[in-house]
Amino acid sequence: MGLIESNSLKTQVLIIGGGATGTGVARDLALRGVNCILVEKKDINAGASGANHGLLHSGARYVSNDPESAKKCMDENRILKQMAPDCIEDTGGFFAAVQGDDERFVADFPTYCEKAGLPCTPMDIKDAREQEPALSEKTIAAYAVEDASIDPFKLVLENITHAQQLGCQFFRNTKVTGVKKSGRQIKAVELLDKDSGKAFCIETEMVVNATGAWAGQVAGLVGADIDVIYSKGTLLITHNRMTHRVINRLRPPSDADILVPGGTVSILGTTSARMKTLEDIRPTVEEVDYIVDEGAVMLPALETKRYIRAYSGVRPLVGTGSQGNDRSVSRSFDLIDHAEDDIDNFVTITGGKLTTFRLMAEKTADLVCDRLGVSTPCQTRTTSMLSHHETQWAVPGFSSRMWLEHHDPDDLLLCECEMVPQSAIEEILASFHVFEKEADLNGISKRSRVGKGGCQGAFCSIRIAAFLYDRGVISANEGIDNIRDFLNARWKGQQCLLWDMPMAAAELQEAMHCGLFGLELR
Amino acid sequence: MKPAEQSHPGPKADASSCELAVIGTGLAGLAATLFASEKGIYTAQIGVNAGIIHASGFLDLMGVHPIADGRVWENPWEAIDAVTTDIPDHPYARLPQADIRQAFDIFMNLMKAAGLPYRYQPDANSRVITTLGTLKPTYGVPESMYKGTEALKTQKKCLMVDFWGLKGFSAVQLEEMLRDRWPGLQSVRIAFPEVGPSVDLYPEKMARALELRTHREDLAREIRPHLNGAEIVGMPAIFGIYHTREVMADLAALIGADVFEIPTIPPAVPGLRIKEMMEAQIQSKGIPLFAQKRVLQVNHDNDGGFVLDIGEPATQSISHRLHAQGVILAGGRFLGGGLYAGRKKIVEPLFGLPVFQPPERTQWHCSQVFDPRGHPVNMAGIEIDDAFRPLDDSGKPAWKNLYAAGAILAHQDWMRMKCGAGISIATAYGAVNAFAMNARP
Repeated sequence: MGLIESNSLKTQVLIIGGGATGTGVARDLALRGVNCILVEKKDINAGASGANHGLLHSGARYVSNDPESAKKCMDENRILKQMAPDCIEDTGGFFAAVQGDDERFVADFPTYCEKAGLPCTPMDIKDAREQEPALSEKTIAAYAVEDASIDPFKLVLENITHAQQLGCQFFRNTKVTGVKKSGRQIKAVELLDKDSGKAFCIETEMVVNATGAWAGQVAGLVGADIDVIYSKGTLLITHNRMTHRVINRLRPPSDADILVPGGTVSILGTTSARMKTLEDIRPTVEEVDYIVDEGAVMLPALETKRYIRAYSGVRPLVGTGSQGNDRSVSRSFDLIDHAEDDIDNFVTITGGKLTTFRLMAEKTADLVCDRLGVSTPCQTRTTSMLSHHETQWAVPGFSSRMWLEHHDPDDLLLCECEMVPQSAIEEILASFHVFEKEADLNGISKRSRVGKGGCQGAFCSIRIAAFLYDRGVISANEGIDNIRDFLNARWKGQQCLLWDMPMAAAELQEAMHCGLFGLELR
Repeated sequence: MKPAEQSHPGPKADASSCELAVIGTGLAGLAATLFASEKGIYTAQIGVNAGIIHASGFLDLMGVHPIADGRVWENPWEAIDAVTTDIPDHPYARLPQADIRQAFDIFMNLMKAAGLPYRYQPDANSRVITTLGTLKPTYGVPESMYKGTEALKTQKKCLMVDFWGLKGFSAVQLEEMLRDRWPGLQSVRIAFPEVGPSVDLYPEKMARALELRTHREDLAREIRPHLNGAEIVGMPAIFGIYHTREVMADLAALIGADVFEIPTIPPAVPGLRIKEMMEAQIQSKGIPLFAQKRVLQVNHDNDGGFVLDIGEPATQSISHRLHAQGVILAGGRFLGGGLYAGRKKIVEPLFGLPVFQPPERTQWHCSQVFDPRGHPVNMAGIEIDDAFRPLDDSGKPAWKNLYAAGAILAHQDWMRMKCGAGISIATAYGAVNAFAMNARP
């Protein structure tokens, strides 16, 4: 208990934000022997890190409009394939054009790739369609590139778990409320533990703002000004996997032009829409219909496919002015030293993409270490990510594979869609001891496939809540609150794609949770 | 009642024509078939078991209105008055309360005669315990569950029992959820008497096991040491499938305390009991039942009747052709297949009937799953006249002898209003009566 209540926490670096960047900075600093604490107002991957394509870019997407980002992507792609192989499925990727696409762009593509130094192999169309039968018969060109799929949940869990093992502390459900400053220095960060409602402080020498789209809000609390533009992207998850490879539409970056396989599913996206606020970001019916219609041009089966979920993330675009297409803005990242805003120990890292998270963390840590007078160089180019067993449960297909290979005869499947056993939930519960708090259904879901299968939580929520009562993790009517919160979180990604079978599934869920249990009556 | 040996026997007679064809084997379809048969109407029934196996066994009449206020009514008849005043197109508005009562009484008597007795207070809802530990307002309660409701009301000393290996049913959860309302509640987890090699216990398997006395003796032996003065023992719904009364009475005697059931996560034993019991009733009356089949196509004959092509839903191959003078459409909603939601709109796939629905998919659902207003799409469905005949686009009956009953009907949200069974039973009754009046004056 002592930690939070003693009110005298101290650290060298306080990192705000539990996405890929924040956890990447935590691991990088921890590997250099720097003492750090990471605070997150929700849970890991609550922002764009948990709402993206899961695409490890080859860089080819950016060769035409942003060759610098393309090159960075290629370099990071190769480093991560070496250092984090357990988080990556090296699927390879295709760029494919269909009749009606800009033939000039198609013809120029190999030249763009060559200029950026990216490998790109022209494919015979017949071969391409044999290897990826989902491609439209109207395909007119195809190139093979080094795209891969990367699991953002496992990646971030590995980062934070490794950092924690090296001494970093992680507080989830902990919100920054303000800072104590003295002159040009932040002395301490004021925080609120959202579970207990308790306020506390952490004294720190440096503060890293790695809050993605929220970077402007957090900077505002510190008295710095960043102009962040919110660009919302929506994605869809198909019920089963449609292709072996990443499939990109061979045209200038646009909407619904990438399909990324991820374990047992495929992810289709995305869109790009400016948002005025970060409140209540959710996929809409219109976006879903648009993505399906656009995607089906390249992969016709998308028209009739069953979708299990949609989600939206927000790309933070910094200092790009207000005009033009958000896609034409550089996808490179922004590392802001707020010394210019008269705060000497505050840096913001935002923008960028999942593929370049490691490089972003490295550059940030370099700056931080320079201020702290730490001379140890970055280790993450050469230090492999460990693969912790408890982080595997987040990977699609892992738990079912484990279950089918071997399971204890006493074990029970609490999630039958994704085959998550009681023993996995036990392991995840045990991993929560570092928070000195108990797990809830949403926390378990972040760290496993629970609620991500066909039932979208309607059945497994009941079984897991019962298990949590049995284990004494929850009491009184907390189980009901857990189920309500969990189903509402799942609903955010279901509501916009309820037609065909999912409509029947939603009806069954409503019949059980409202008709029978009366959970709406409170 | 004689246990059904087979779950899905084919049609008893190779029926090629009938007076009335009932499409759907949910509660509304089964009730319609039984009501029609009581009237001596030669009836045939077609459908797959989609919905009824998810039934909890509770028979809701009318519990909540208005939905947005979450007002729970103690007296379901007053609630029906209120809802039919506020929503004049609500299915309950199509028949007088006396008919609804009559329908319920006939139905309850059928259940009792078939070995599934119900308890209900004529003019009041009861609060029943769910597997989550919430208290649900409902009307008709299986006797095996009603004892729990009474025990809670009278604060009997109770032991809640659950089992190693049975998922989603936690006695500790029930104790935690109910402890403020039921101070004398205790809980214990025990091993279910050996029934097979699998550790994963399924309620249906447990219920079948308890049909045998030796397993009941073993179970009672496990429970007795934990009684600790308890007057009543609560368990998941596993008191047999065909002989629930006997299983319950015997268990009580063997344990030395009263017993009651709480339905488990659907699909559960109480739904299975209703399905098996009703199918046995239908068989015993010699009613042709095309189980696990669907009507794939409908044509119309020259006499205003229907020609139904019946077959396998999976292969779409037609195996029977049935002539029917009239049809009751009781195919349920999306889960049952009575309605189909496309990406653009909701359709009724068999007759192509107009479906009352929100104008666009953006308006089907609220953004919060438990939005107190309820989801607009759940009020969608088939609109009918006072004779339960679906309306065409011009507001006239689409066919002289086509009727609709149950959850497929528009202007009701049975899940939020807690009126599912009541609508099924009452509108089945109304539709059968209308057919009888209309087709055989």
